[in-house]
Amino acid sequence: MYSWLILSSLAKIVGILFVVILPMVSYTVYAERRVSAFIQDRPGPNRVGPAGLLQPIADVVKLLIKEDFTPAGVNTFYYWLAPCLAMMPSIITIAVVPFGSTLFDVPMVIADVNIGILWVFAIGSLGVYGIVIGGWASNSKYPFLGGVRSSSQMISYELSLGLAVIPIFMLVGKLRLTDVVRYQIDHGWFIAPFIGDWANPVKWLLAIPMLISFFVFMVAMFAETNRLPFDLPEAEQELAGGYHTEYSSMKFALFFLGEYTAMIAGSAVMVTLFLGGWHFPGIPDGSHGWIFGLTNIVVFFAKVTALLFFFIWVRWTLPRFRYDQLMRLGWLFFFELALVNIFLVAGILACFHV
Amino acid sequence: MQLFLFWCAALLMLVFGVAVILNRNPVASALSLVVSFLGLATLFMMLDAYFIGIIQVLVYAGAVMVLFLFIIMLLDLRAENLRKINWPATAGGAVVAFVFLIQVLSVIGRLTDAKKTFPPLARSTIDDVRNVGVTLFTNFNFPFQVIGVLVLVATIGVVVLSKRELANK
Repeated sequence: MYSWLILSSLAKIVGILFVVILPMVSYTVYAERRVSAFIQDRPGPNRVGPAGLLQPIADVVKLLIKEDFTPAGVNTFYYWLAPCLAMMPSIITIAVVPFGSTLFDVPMVIADVNIGILWVFAIGSLGVYGIVIGGWASNSKYPFLGGVRSSSQMISYELSLGLAVIPIFMLVGKLRLTDVVRYQIDHGWFIAPFIGDWANPVKWLLAIPMLISFFVFMVAMFAETNRLPFDLPEAEQELAGGYHTEYSSMKFALFFLGEYTAMIAGSAVMVTLFLGGWHFPGIPDGSHGWIFGLTNIVVFFAKVTALLFFFIWVRWTLPRFRYDQLMRLGWLFFFELALVNIFLVAGILACFHV
Repeated sequence: MQLFLFWCAALLMLVFGVAVILNRNPVASALSLVVSFLGLATLFMMLDAYFIGIIQVLVYAGAVMVLFLFIIMLLDLRAENLRKINWPATAGGAVVAFVFLIQVLSVIGRLTDAKKTFPPLARSTIDDVRNVGVTLFTNFNFPFQVIGVLVLVATIGVVVLSKRELANK
Protein backbone atom coordinates (compact mmCIF):
# COMPACT_ATOMS: atom_id res chain seq x y z
CA MET A 1 0.00 0.00 0.00
CA TYR A 2 2.69 2.39 1.12
CA SER A 3 5.11 1.57 -1.67
CA TRP A 4 2.23 1.75 -4.17
CA LEU A 5 1.56 5.31 -3.02
CA ILE A 6 5.21 6.25 -3.47
CA LEU A 7 5.39 4.58 -6.87
CA SER A 8 2.21 6.18 -8.20
CA SER A 9 3.26 9.59 -6.87
CA LEU A 10 6.64 9.21 -8.52
CA ALA A 11 4.98 8.23 -11.80
CA LYS A 12 2.69 11.26 -11.57
CA ILE A 13 5.56 13.64 -10.79
CA VAL A 14 7.73 12.35 -13.63
CA GLY A 15 4.78 12.18 -16.02
CA ILE A 16 3.40 15.62 -15.32
CA LEU A 17 6.79 17.31 -15.17
CA PHE A 18 8.67 15.75 -18.09
CA VAL A 19 5.81 14.76 -20.36
CA VAL A 20 3.50 17.73 -19.92
CA ILE A 21 4.96 20.78 -18.15
CA LEU A 22 8.47 21.02 -19.63
CA PRO A 23 7.40 20.49 -23.28
CA MET A 24 4.56 22.90 -22.60
CA VAL A 25 7.06 25.50 -21.36
CA SER A 26 9.20 25.28 -24.48
CA TYR A 27 6.19 25.33 -26.76
CA THR A 28 4.76 28.33 -24.89
CA VAL A 29 7.95 30.15 -25.86
CA TYR A 30 7.39 29.05 -29.44
CA ALA A 31 3.72 30.11 -29.25
CA GLU A 32 4.76 33.47 -27.85
CA ARG A 33 7.05 34.08 -30.82
CA ARG A 34 4.48 32.88 -33.36
CA VAL A 35 1.55 34.78 -31.83
CA SER A 36 3.58 37.96 -31.44
CA ALA A 37 4.61 37.62 -35.07
CA PHE A 38 0.99 37.12 -36.08
CA ILE A 39 -0.08 40.20 -34.11
CA GLN A 40 2.72 42.27 -35.64
CA ASP A 41 1.97 40.92 -39.12
CA ARG A 42 5.26 39.10 -39.77
CA PRO A 43 5.98 35.36 -40.20
CA GLY A 44 7.94 34.60 -37.00
CA PRO A 45 10.12 31.48 -36.60
CA ASN A 46 8.95 29.15 -39.41
CA ARG A 47 12.14 27.52 -40.71
CA VAL A 48 12.93 24.58 -38.38
CA GLY A 49 10.57 21.73 -39.16
CA PRO A 50 7.01 22.13 -40.41
CA ALA A 51 5.72 25.63 -39.52
CA GLY A 52 8.77 26.03 -37.29
CA LEU A 53 7.50 23.42 -34.85
CA LEU A 54 11.00 22.13 -34.07
CA GLN A 55 12.24 25.62 -33.19
CA PRO A 56 12.21 24.95 -29.37
CA ILE A 57 14.64 22.04 -29.85
CA ALA A 58 16.96 24.24 -31.88
CA ASP A 59 16.68 26.89 -29.17
CA VAL A 60 17.63 24.46 -26.43
CA VAL A 61 20.66 23.25 -28.38
CA LYS A 62 21.68 26.84 -29.00
CA LEU A 63 21.34 27.77 -25.34
CA LEU A 64 23.25 24.70 -24.13
CA ILE A 65 26.26 25.13 -26.38
CA LYS A 66 26.56 28.89 -25.91
CA GLU A 67 29.43 30.17 -23.82
CA ASP A 68 28.48 30.24 -20.14
CA PHE A 69 30.06 33.56 -19.21
CA THR A 70 30.46 34.60 -15.58
CA PRO A 71 31.30 38.30 -15.30
CA ALA A 72 34.06 39.42 -12.94
CA GLY A 73 32.87 40.84 -9.63
CA VAL A 74 29.77 38.70 -9.25
CA ASN A 75 29.09 36.80 -6.08
CA THR A 76 29.66 33.40 -7.67
CA PHE A 77 27.66 31.12 -5.37
CA TYR A 78 24.54 33.28 -5.41
CA TYR A 79 25.01 33.97 -9.10
CA TRP A 80 24.66 30.22 -9.67
CA LEU A 81 21.91 29.76 -7.10
CA ALA A 82 19.55 32.41 -8.48
CA PRO A 83 18.51 30.73 -11.78
CA CYS A 84 17.64 27.51 -9.91
CA LEU A 85 15.55 29.45 -7.40
CA ALA A 86 13.77 31.20 -10.26
CA MET A 87 12.61 27.97 -11.86
CA MET A 88 11.88 25.77 -8.83
CA PRO A 89 8.92 27.40 -7.00
CA SER A 90 6.62 27.45 -10.01
CA ILE A 91 7.25 23.75 -10.61
CA ILE A 92 6.60 22.89 -6.96
CA THR A 93 3.34 24.89 -7.06
CA ILE A 94 1.88 22.45 -9.58
CA ALA A 95 2.09 19.65 -6.97
CA VAL A 96 -1.23 20.60 -5.36
CA VAL A 97 -3.18 21.40 -8.52
CA PRO A 98 -5.60 18.64 -9.57
CA PHE A 99 -4.95 18.23 -13.29
CA GLY A 100 -7.46 15.44 -13.84
CA SER A 101 -10.06 13.32 -12.07
CA THR A 102 -8.77 9.77 -11.74
CA LEU A 103 -6.85 7.50 -14.07
CA PHE A 104 -7.06 3.77 -13.22
CA ASP A 105 -8.47 4.86 -9.83
CA VAL A 106 -5.37 6.92 -9.07
CA PRO A 107 -6.33 10.53 -8.25
CA MET A 108 -4.69 12.86 -10.73
CA VAL A 109 -3.15 15.24 -8.23
CA ILE A 110 0.34 14.83 -6.85
CA ALA A 111 -0.33 16.02 -3.28
CA ASP A 112 -3.95 16.41 -2.24
CA VAL A 113 -3.26 18.48 0.88
CA ASN A 114 -5.98 20.27 2.84
CA ILE A 115 -4.20 23.63 2.55
CA GLY A 116 -4.09 23.63 -1.26
CA ILE A 117 -4.33 27.30 -2.03
CA LEU A 118 -2.11 28.35 0.89
CA TRP A 119 0.54 26.05 -0.54
CA VAL A 120 0.26 27.81 -3.88
CA PHE A 121 0.71 31.21 -2.27
CA ALA A 122 3.49 30.13 0.09
CA ILE A 123 5.61 28.46 -2.57
CA GLY A 124 4.76 31.20 -5.07
CA SER A 125 6.05 33.81 -2.65
CA LEU A 126 9.43 32.03 -2.62
CA GLY A 127 9.74 32.83 -6.32
CA VAL A 128 10.87 36.35 -5.52
CA TYR A 129 14.17 35.04 -4.07
CA GLY A 130 15.48 33.92 -7.44
CA ILE A 131 14.90 37.35 -8.93
CA VAL A 132 16.19 39.35 -5.95
CA ILE A 133 19.31 37.22 -5.52
CA GLY A 134 19.94 37.23 -9.27
CA GLY A 135 19.74 41.01 -9.31
CA TRP A 136 21.94 41.39 -6.29
CA ALA A 137 24.60 38.79 -7.07
CA SER A 138 25.20 40.24 -10.54
CA ASN A 139 26.86 43.21 -8.82
CA SER A 140 25.62 45.59 -11.47
CA LYS A 141 23.23 48.48 -11.13
CA TYR A 142 20.51 47.70 -13.69
CA PRO A 143 19.98 44.11 -12.57
CA PHE A 144 19.91 45.35 -8.98
CA LEU A 145 17.22 47.89 -9.82
CA GLY A 146 15.29 45.12 -11.55
CA GLY A 147 15.53 42.93 -8.46
CA VAL A 148 14.39 45.71 -6.14
CA ARG A 149 11.49 46.60 -8.41
CA SER A 150 10.46 43.00 -8.67
CA SER A 151 10.41 42.31 -4.95
CA SER A 152 8.31 45.37 -4.15
CA GLN A 153 5.95 44.55 -7.01
CA MET A 154 5.52 40.93 -5.96
CA ILE A 155 4.93 41.82 -2.32
CA SER A 156 2.33 44.42 -3.30
CA TYR A 157 0.37 42.20 -5.62
CA GLU A 158 0.49 39.16 -3.36
CA LEU A 159 -2.07 40.89 -1.15
CA SER A 160 -4.59 41.31 -3.97
CA LEU A 161 -3.89 37.74 -5.04
CA GLY A 162 -4.68 36.41 -1.58
CA LEU A 163 -7.76 38.56 -1.04
CA ALA A 164 -9.20 37.74 -4.46
CA VAL A 165 -9.61 34.04 -3.66
CA ILE A 166 -11.30 34.51 -0.27
CA PRO A 167 -14.82 34.76 -1.83
CA ILE A 168 -14.32 31.33 -3.38
CA PHE A 169 -13.46 29.76 -0.09
CA MET A 170 -16.39 31.48 1.60
CA LEU A 171 -18.56 29.48 -0.81
CA VAL A 172 -16.64 26.22 -0.79
CA GLY A 173 -15.70 26.19 2.89
CA LYS A 174 -12.48 24.25 2.33
CA LEU A 175 -8.98 25.11 1.11
CA ARG A 176 -8.39 21.79 -0.63
CA LEU A 177 -8.22 22.37 -4.38
CA THR A 178 -9.94 19.07 -5.25
CA ASP A 179 -12.88 20.24 -3.12
CA VAL A 180 -13.00 23.48 -5.08
CA VAL A 181 -13.24 21.50 -8.32
CA ARG A 182 -15.83 19.15 -6.77
CA TYR A 183 -17.93 22.16 -5.71
CA GLN A 184 -17.77 23.60 -9.22
CA ILE A 185 -18.90 20.29 -10.72
CA ASP A 186 -21.92 20.25 -8.41
CA HIS A 187 -22.78 23.95 -8.63
CA GLY A 188 -21.34 25.10 -11.93
CA TRP A 189 -18.11 26.95 -12.69
CA PHE A 190 -17.58 30.06 -10.63
CA ILE A 191 -17.39 32.54 -13.48
CA ALA A 192 -19.77 30.70 -15.81
CA PRO A 193 -23.23 30.61 -14.16
CA PHE A 194 -24.79 29.09 -17.30
CA ILE A 195 -23.10 25.77 -16.50
CA GLY A 196 -24.76 23.56 -13.89
CA ASP A 197 -27.99 24.64 -12.18
CA TRP A 198 -28.43 27.75 -14.31
CA ALA A 199 -32.05 28.36 -13.19
CA ASN A 200 -30.84 29.38 -9.72
CA PRO A 201 -30.96 33.23 -9.55
CA VAL A 202 -28.58 33.42 -6.57
CA LYS A 203 -25.93 31.83 -8.71
CA TRP A 204 -26.24 34.56 -11.30
CA LEU A 205 -25.97 37.14 -8.52
CA LEU A 206 -22.87 35.41 -7.14
CA ALA A 207 -21.30 35.45 -10.57
CA ILE A 208 -20.79 39.23 -10.27
CA PRO A 209 -18.34 39.10 -7.32
CA MET A 210 -16.80 35.98 -8.83
CA LEU A 211 -16.06 37.86 -12.05
CA ILE A 212 -14.51 40.68 -10.00
CA SER A 213 -12.42 38.08 -8.14
CA PHE A 214 -11.31 36.53 -11.39
CA PHE A 215 -10.36 39.91 -12.79
CA VAL A 216 -8.33 40.89 -9.71
CA PHE A 217 -6.68 37.48 -9.54
CA MET A 218 -5.79 37.57 -13.21
CA VAL A 219 -4.26 41.05 -13.03
CA ALA A 220 -2.33 40.15 -9.87
CA MET A 221 -1.10 37.01 -11.61
CA PHE A 222 0.21 39.14 -14.48
CA ALA A 223 2.13 41.19 -11.94
CA GLU A 224 3.40 38.12 -10.08
CA THR A 225 4.76 36.54 -13.23
CA ASN A 226 6.35 39.84 -14.37
CA ARG A 227 4.44 39.85 -17.60
CA LEU A 228 3.63 42.90 -19.65
CA PRO A 229 1.80 45.26 -18.84
CA PHE A 230 3.60 44.79 -15.49
CA ASP A 231 7.06 43.66 -16.61
CA LEU A 232 8.84 46.55 -14.89
CA PRO A 233 11.54 44.27 -13.34
CA GLU A 234 12.82 43.40 -16.79
CA ALA A 235 11.73 46.39 -18.84
CA GLU A 236 14.21 46.29 -21.71
CA GLN A 237 14.00 49.96 -22.54
CA GLU A 238 14.61 51.08 -18.96
CA LEU A 239 16.80 48.45 -17.37
CA ALA A 240 18.55 46.73 -20.30
CA GLY A 241 16.86 43.46 -19.40
CA GLY A 242 16.55 43.75 -15.63
CA TYR A 243 17.69 41.10 -13.19
CA HIS A 244 18.99 38.69 -15.84
CA THR A 245 21.10 41.19 -17.79
CA GLU A 246 24.39 39.62 -16.65
CA TYR A 247 23.31 36.03 -17.32
CA SER A 248 24.09 34.06 -20.43
CA SER A 249 23.60 30.59 -21.87
CA MET A 250 21.56 28.08 -19.86
CA LYS A 251 21.47 30.24 -16.73
CA PHE A 252 19.64 32.91 -18.68
CA ALA A 253 17.41 30.21 -20.13
CA LEU A 254 16.44 29.06 -16.64
CA PHE A 255 15.25 32.59 -15.79
CA PHE A 256 13.44 32.75 -19.08
CA LEU A 257 11.80 29.34 -18.76
CA GLY A 258 11.04 30.03 -15.10
CA GLU A 259 8.85 32.91 -16.20
CA TYR A 260 6.92 30.64 -18.55
CA THR A 261 6.63 27.91 -15.93
CA ALA A 262 5.22 30.51 -13.56
CA MET A 263 2.71 31.44 -16.25
CA ILE A 264 1.67 27.81 -16.65
CA ALA A 265 1.40 27.31 -12.89
CA GLY A 266 -0.62 30.52 -12.58
CA SER A 267 -2.95 29.51 -15.40
CA ALA A 268 -3.37 26.05 -13.84
CA VAL A 269 -4.36 27.63 -10.52
CA MET A 270 -6.77 30.01 -12.27
CA VAL A 271 -8.37 27.14 -14.18
CA THR A 272 -8.79 25.19 -10.96
CA LEU A 273 -10.22 28.08 -8.98
CA PHE A 274 -12.49 29.77 -11.49
CA LEU A 275 -12.90 27.68 -14.63
CA GLY A 276 -14.01 24.35 -13.18
CA GLY A 277 -10.66 22.56 -13.27
CA TRP A 278 -10.81 19.39 -15.34
CA HIS A 279 -14.59 19.46 -15.60
CA PHE A 280 -16.39 19.95 -18.88
CA PRO A 281 -20.18 19.62 -19.15
CA GLY A 282 -21.12 16.20 -20.51
CA ILE A 283 -17.79 14.47 -19.89
CA PRO A 284 -17.94 12.09 -16.88
CA ASP A 285 -14.98 11.66 -14.54
CA GLY A 286 -12.37 8.94 -14.64
CA SER A 287 -14.35 6.40 -12.61
CA HIS A 288 -16.35 5.62 -15.78
CA GLY A 289 -13.33 4.39 -17.71
CA TRP A 290 -9.73 5.37 -18.35
CA ILE A 291 -10.63 7.09 -21.61
CA PHE A 292 -12.68 9.66 -19.67
CA GLY A 293 -9.88 10.07 -17.14
CA LEU A 294 -7.53 10.87 -20.00
CA THR A 295 -10.09 13.24 -21.54
CA ASN A 296 -10.34 15.12 -18.25
CA ILE A 297 -6.59 15.72 -18.24
CA VAL A 298 -6.77 16.91 -21.85
CA VAL A 299 -9.65 19.26 -20.96
CA PHE A 300 -7.64 20.72 -18.08
CA PHE A 301 -4.60 21.43 -20.20
CA ALA A 302 -6.77 22.76 -23.02
CA LYS A 303 -8.12 25.36 -20.59
CA VAL A 304 -4.59 26.14 -19.40
CA THR A 305 -3.50 26.62 -23.01
CA ALA A 306 -6.40 28.98 -23.65
CA LEU A 307 -5.33 31.11 -20.68
CA LEU A 308 -1.71 31.03 -21.84
CA PHE A 309 -2.83 32.34 -25.20
CA PHE A 310 -4.60 35.15 -23.35
CA PHE A 311 -1.36 35.95 -21.47
CA ILE A 312 0.51 36.21 -24.76
CA TRP A 313 -2.24 38.18 -26.42
CA VAL A 314 -2.22 40.77 -23.62
CA ARG A 315 1.56 41.06 -23.72
CA TRP A 316 1.62 42.02 -27.39
CA THR A 317 -1.41 44.30 -27.20
CA LEU A 318 -1.07 46.50 -24.11
CA PRO A 319 1.67 49.05 -23.42
CA ARG A 320 3.66 48.95 -20.18
CA PHE A 321 2.59 50.80 -17.04
CA ARG A 322 4.85 53.34 -15.38
CA TYR A 323 6.27 52.18 -12.05
CA ASP A 324 4.32 54.61 -9.85
CA GLN A 325 1.15 53.79 -11.80
CA LEU A 326 1.73 50.12 -11.13
CA MET A 327 2.13 50.67 -7.39
CA ARG A 328 -0.86 53.01 -7.16
CA LEU A 329 -3.00 50.59 -9.13
CA GLY A 330 -2.02 47.72 -6.86
CA TRP A 331 -2.47 49.44 -3.53
CA LEU A 332 -5.26 51.91 -4.21
CA PHE A 333 -7.44 50.02 -6.64
CA PHE A 334 -7.04 46.23 -6.71
CA PHE A 335 -6.48 45.86 -2.97
CA GLU A 336 -9.68 47.81 -2.19
CA LEU A 337 -11.64 46.09 -4.95
CA ALA A 338 -10.73 42.68 -3.55
CA LEU A 339 -11.66 43.78 -0.01
CA VAL A 340 -15.05 45.21 -1.04
CA ASN A 341 -15.65 42.07 -3.05
CA ILE A 342 -15.32 39.93 0.09
CA PHE A 343 -18.01 42.00 1.84
CA LEU A 344 -20.20 41.74 -1.26
CA VAL A 345 -20.04 37.96 -1.21
CA ALA A 346 -20.60 37.89 2.55
CA GLY A 347 -23.69 40.11 2.07
CA ILE A 348 -25.11 37.89 -0.67
CA LEU A 349 -24.47 34.77 1.40
CA ALA A 350 -26.11 36.32 4.46
CA CYS A 351 -29.16 37.61 2.55
CA PHE A 352 -29.95 34.42 0.66
CA HIS A 353 -28.72 31.85 3.22
CA VAL A 354 -26.87 29.89 0.56
CA MET B 1 10.80 6.40 5.92
CA GLN B 2 9.21 8.91 8.23
CA LEU B 3 12.15 8.71 10.63
CA PHE B 4 14.57 9.25 7.76
CA LEU B 5 12.62 12.31 6.60
CA PHE B 6 12.50 13.58 10.17
CA TRP B 7 16.28 13.43 10.45
CA CYS B 8 16.72 15.09 7.06
CA ALA B 9 14.44 17.98 8.00
CA ALA B 10 15.84 18.31 11.51
CA LEU B 11 19.43 18.30 10.28
CA LEU B 12 18.58 20.83 7.58
CA MET B 13 16.99 23.08 10.18
CA LEU B 14 19.84 22.81 12.71
CA VAL B 15 22.73 23.12 10.25
CA PHE B 16 21.26 26.19 8.60
CA GLY B 17 20.23 27.58 11.99
CA VAL B 18 23.90 27.46 13.03
CA ALA B 19 24.87 28.92 9.66
CA VAL B 20 22.73 31.97 10.42
CA ILE B 21 25.03 33.02 13.25
CA LEU B 22 28.31 31.73 11.80
CA ASN B 23 28.07 33.42 8.41
CA ARG B 24 29.85 36.75 8.08
CA ASN B 25 27.84 37.72 5.02
CA PRO B 26 24.40 39.05 6.11
CA VAL B 27 22.76 37.87 2.87
CA ALA B 28 24.04 34.34 3.49
CA SER B 29 22.69 34.52 7.06
CA ALA B 30 19.27 35.65 5.88
CA LEU B 31 19.07 32.89 3.28
CA SER B 32 20.21 30.30 5.82
CA LEU B 33 17.35 31.41 8.04
CA VAL B 34 14.95 30.86 5.13
CA VAL B 35 16.22 27.29 4.65
CA SER B 36 15.95 26.74 8.39
CA PHE B 37 12.31 27.87 8.26
CA LEU B 38 11.66 25.47 5.42
CA GLY B 39 13.07 22.62 7.52
CA LEU B 40 10.82 23.64 10.41
CA ALA B 41 7.81 23.76 8.09
CA THR B 42 8.64 20.24 6.90
CA LEU B 43 8.69 19.02 10.50
CA PHE B 44 5.27 20.58 11.13
CA MET B 45 3.86 19.00 8.00
CA MET B 46 5.15 15.58 8.99
CA LEU B 47 3.07 15.96 12.15
CA ASP B 48 0.00 16.58 9.94
CA ALA B 49 -0.01 20.22 11.11
CA TYR B 50 -0.20 21.46 7.53
CA PHE B 51 -1.64 24.82 8.41
CA ILE B 52 1.11 25.85 10.84
CA GLY B 53 3.74 24.50 8.47
CA ILE B 54 2.53 26.40 5.47
CA ILE B 55 1.97 29.61 7.45
CA GLN B 56 5.59 29.30 8.55
CA VAL B 57 6.63 29.36 4.89
CA LEU B 58 4.08 31.95 3.81
CA VAL B 59 4.73 34.49 6.55
CA TYR B 60 8.38 34.03 7.51
CA ALA B 61 10.08 32.64 4.41
CA GLY B 62 7.79 34.35 1.89
CA ALA B 63 7.18 37.77 3.41
CA VAL B 64 9.34 38.68 6.42
CA MET B 65 12.64 37.36 5.07
CA VAL B 66 12.07 38.95 1.67
CA LEU B 67 11.83 42.32 3.40
CA PHE B 68 14.93 41.50 5.48
CA LEU B 69 16.86 40.58 2.35
CA PHE B 70 15.60 43.74 0.70
CA ILE B 71 17.09 45.88 3.49
CA ILE B 72 20.34 43.89 3.77
CA MET B 73 21.05 44.23 0.06
CA LEU B 74 20.99 48.00 0.38
CA LEU B 75 23.74 47.85 3.04
CA ASP B 76 27.46 48.00 2.35
CA LEU B 77 28.30 44.32 2.66
CA ARG B 78 32.05 44.78 2.37
CA ALA B 79 32.17 46.75 5.62
CA GLU B 80 30.14 44.03 7.28
CA ASN B 81 32.48 41.31 6.03
CA LEU B 82 35.60 43.14 7.21
CA ARG B 83 34.31 43.84 10.71
CA LYS B 84 36.56 42.28 13.38
CA ILE B 85 35.14 39.65 15.69
CA ASN B 86 35.01 40.88 19.28
CA TRP B 87 36.46 37.77 20.98
CA PRO B 88 35.74 38.60 24.67
CA ALA B 89 32.11 39.38 23.82
CA THR B 90 31.79 36.19 21.77
CA ALA B 91 33.28 34.10 24.59
CA GLY B 92 30.95 35.76 27.11
CA GLY B 93 27.94 35.02 24.93
CA ALA B 94 29.01 31.41 24.48
CA VAL B 95 29.39 30.95 28.25
CA VAL B 96 25.94 32.43 28.96
CA ALA B 97 24.35 30.23 26.31
CA PHE B 98 26.14 27.15 27.68
CA VAL B 99 25.02 27.85 31.26
CA PHE B 100 21.47 28.36 30.05
CA LEU B 101 21.58 25.06 28.14
CA ILE B 102 22.76 23.21 31.28
CA GLN B 103 19.95 24.78 33.29
CA VAL B 104 17.32 23.78 30.74
CA LEU B 105 18.70 20.23 30.58
CA SER B 106 18.72 19.87 34.36
CA VAL B 107 15.12 21.10 34.65
CA ILE B 108 13.90 18.82 31.86
CA GLY B 109 15.90 15.90 33.32
CA ARG B 110 13.89 16.17 36.54
CA LEU B 111 10.52 15.99 34.72
CA THR B 112 9.20 12.44 34.76
CA ASP B 113 6.98 13.11 31.73
CA ALA B 114 10.00 13.95 29.63
CA LYS B 115 11.33 10.39 30.02
CA LYS B 116 8.09 8.68 29.08
CA THR B 117 7.43 7.50 25.54
CA PHE B 118 3.94 8.55 24.66
CA PRO B 119 1.69 6.33 22.56
CA PRO B 120 1.53 7.45 18.92
CA LEU B 121 -1.21 9.92 18.18
CA ALA B 122 -4.13 8.87 16.06
CA ARG B 123 -3.98 10.18 12.51
CA SER B 124 -5.98 13.38 12.41
CA THR B 125 -9.07 13.24 10.27
CA ILE B 126 -10.35 16.76 10.87
CA ASP B 127 -9.48 19.73 8.75
CA ASP B 128 -6.90 21.63 10.77
CA VAL B 129 -7.52 24.95 9.01
CA ARG B 130 -11.21 24.80 9.94
CA ASN B 131 -10.24 23.78 13.47
CA VAL B 132 -7.92 26.76 13.92
CA GLY B 133 -10.57 29.11 12.55
CA VAL B 134 -13.38 27.80 14.73
CA THR B 135 -11.22 27.91 17.84
CA LEU B 136 -10.04 31.44 17.12
CA PHE B 137 -13.50 32.83 16.47
CA THR B 138 -15.30 31.07 19.35
CA ASN B 139 -13.06 30.39 22.35
CA PHE B 140 -10.50 33.11 21.73
CA ASN B 141 -12.61 35.72 20.01
CA PHE B 142 -11.79 38.55 22.42
CA PRO B 143 -7.99 38.14 22.40
CA PHE B 144 -8.18 37.78 18.64
CA GLN B 145 -9.98 41.11 18.31
CA VAL B 146 -7.50 42.76 20.69
CA ILE B 147 -4.60 41.52 18.57
CA GLY B 148 -6.38 42.92 15.54
CA VAL B 149 -6.56 46.35 17.15
CA LEU B 150 -2.91 46.06 18.19
CA VAL B 151 -1.81 45.28 14.64
CA LEU B 152 -3.90 48.16 13.32
CA VAL B 153 -2.27 50.56 15.77
CA ALA B 154 1.17 49.31 14.78
CA THR B 155 0.33 49.79 11.11
CA ILE B 156 -0.88 53.34 11.67
CA GLY B 157 2.24 54.01 13.75
CA VAL B 158 4.51 52.83 10.95
CA VAL B 159 2.70 54.99 8.40
CA VAL B 160 2.91 58.04 10.66
CA LEU B 161 6.62 57.51 11.34
CA SER B 162 7.58 57.02 7.71
CA LYS B 163 5.49 59.99 6.55
CA ARG B 164 7.02 62.31 9.16
CA GLU B 165 10.53 61.53 8.03
CA LEU B 166 9.56 62.42 4.49
CA ALA B 167 8.12 65.80 5.59
CA ASN B 168 11.38 66.76 7.37
CA LYS B 169 13.35 66.52 4.17
